[in-house]
Amino acid sequence: MKLVIGIVRPDKANDVLEALYRAEVRGFSLSRVQGHGGELERVETYRGTRVKMGLAEKVRFEIAVSEEFVQPTIDALCEAGQTGEVGDGKIFVVPLERVVRIRTGETGHGAVTPVAP
Amino acid sequence: MTKMSILAAATEVNAGDTAWMLAATALVLLMTPALGLFYAGLVRSKNTLNTFMMCVAALAVATVMWALIGYSLAFDEGSGFVGGVGHAFLQGVTFEPRDGTTIPHLLFFAFQATFCIITVALVSGAVVERMRFGPFLVFAALWSVLVYAVLAHWAFGGGWLQANGTLDFAGGVPVEMGSGFSALAAALVVGSRKDYGRQALLPHNAIYVLLGAGLLWFGWFGFNGGSGFSAGRSSVLAFTNTLLTPACTLAVWFALDLIRGRQVTAIGAATAIIVGCVGITPAGGFIAPEWAMVLGAVAALPSYAIIVWRPRTRVDETLDVLAAHGIAGLTGIVFIGFFAQRSWNGVSDGLLFGDAGQLGSQLMAAVATPAYAFAVTFVLLKIIGAITPLRGTAHEEAVGMDIVHHGEEAYVTGEGAILIMPEGDVAEDLPVADPV
Repeated sequence: MKLVIGIVRPDKANDVLEALYRAEVRGFSLSRVQGHGGELERVETYRGTRVKMGLAEKVRFEIAVSEEFVQPTIDALCEAGQTGEVGDGKIFVVPLERVVRIRTGETGHGAVTPVAP
Repeated sequence: MTKMSILAAATEVNAGDTAWMLAATALVLLMTPALGLFYAGLVRSKNTLNTFMMCVAALAVATVMWALIGYSLAFDEGSGFVGGVGHAFLQGVTFEPRDGTTIPHLLFFAFQATFCIITVALVSGAVVERMRFGPFLVFAALWSVLVYAVLAHWAFGGGWLQANGTLDFAGGVPVEMGSGFSALAAALVVGSRKDYGRQALLPHNAIYVLLGAGLLWFGWFGFNGGSGFSAGRSSVLAFTNTLLTPACTLAVWFALDLIRGRQVTAIGAATAIIVGCVGITPAGGFIAPEWAMVLGAVAALPSYAIIVWRPRTRVDETLDVLAAHGIAGLTGIVFIGFFAQRSWNGVSDGLLFGDAGQLGSQLMAAVATPAYAFAVTFVLLKIIGAITPLRGTAHEEAVGMDIVHHGEEAYVTGEGAILIMPEGDVAEDLPVADPV
């Protein structure tokens, strides 16, 4: 099992959701984050105050998947999140020690496999 | 506004009328920032400032153009199509009463200016979230003269519609149909937002929308209540109708929402307020209060239908200016043809009270105005678009208009913001508090 963390542009979040759905990845959470990844800093002006905005809005997906879904998840994030410009984001894949489904108490593979409603 | 001919004998400035018209002018001016709030709430958060700024731009551009030439083309004597240039650069606009009114000409000009401003701002609703700010400024300046001033002349300034007896109390022709059908043309020329029809593009702040609608309704009491140019009967009638009609539209809108979705929606309610205010705009001083209530109910139906239908089309007329203004204004204009009542307005009867000819005059306005507004706006934007792109790249649209065009964000947090201090920017000789 792996935890796939994908950080993407906010305006690409809907495309990513769509791609994940098509890859049949059904369980994930997302949050709005701010970050910096080497993109050009933009200058903003508020009356007399000029500032360099060092942080950009991003959306962070956290997706816990079984081994066979790792690559499809990464593919979905890459294809849907890509614009080709600096600032498209990153994907981190980290090993998962344990996963527990709270409702049933099942662990491991069963817990990261969504059940049909 | 057709009261001009009746009051032609009055030549003295009346203090009471002037006092009310000063207040009414300020009320109408408030409608433009109120519209900015209404529109800003309806767009995505990354386009909040740009959307509001299009309304602010109207305050600048439309006012200047109105003073330079627009007012003259609308209200100076000229042909049936357009007025003359006698009042260009505000020549001859002084403290003397405006012909047919008992208020100073200067105040009449200011009152009419606020109408031009709000109308220009209204059209922006069709192109928000994608049109570049620079070309919009050019468009706003030219549109206020080529479309608004001409239509205002037709309906108010002695133009051919007014001469043919079309009744339009507060701007069903230039303001409501003028903006609504221009908006349709603008949406077609500028094109849809890149994600339109593919993704849900949702309003980001419903409270702005409700507050904006509330402030618009408040300002509309000056808009309609001031269009009698006096504190007299027609103003009182229009003022009260401005309360009654939107209330009925709201109630009917609730019912329509319930039938369609089993829930009454807040943004629907805000829209209903606008539709009601628009519906009564042309008819305010011409129909009895009970018929104003009927108008409120009737006006809800076509506008509701178009608001439900339009998003299923490819036409990204983003904030439904056509439905809320064009169609509701048209409904009001035609409604006068049936229900105008001489015993209330002292001017003319509609079909129901014995004068079928009035309906003909109203229908003429309901055909000619949309045609003119649509055609001229379409050509104007095509010409501007041939000179400079009307919209930015897909990437700019994705980033959002606020950052791209204004270098500001509506909901900036300040986290990660680094002050830029150019050398020598801090004046050394100014006293600065010592850090303790």
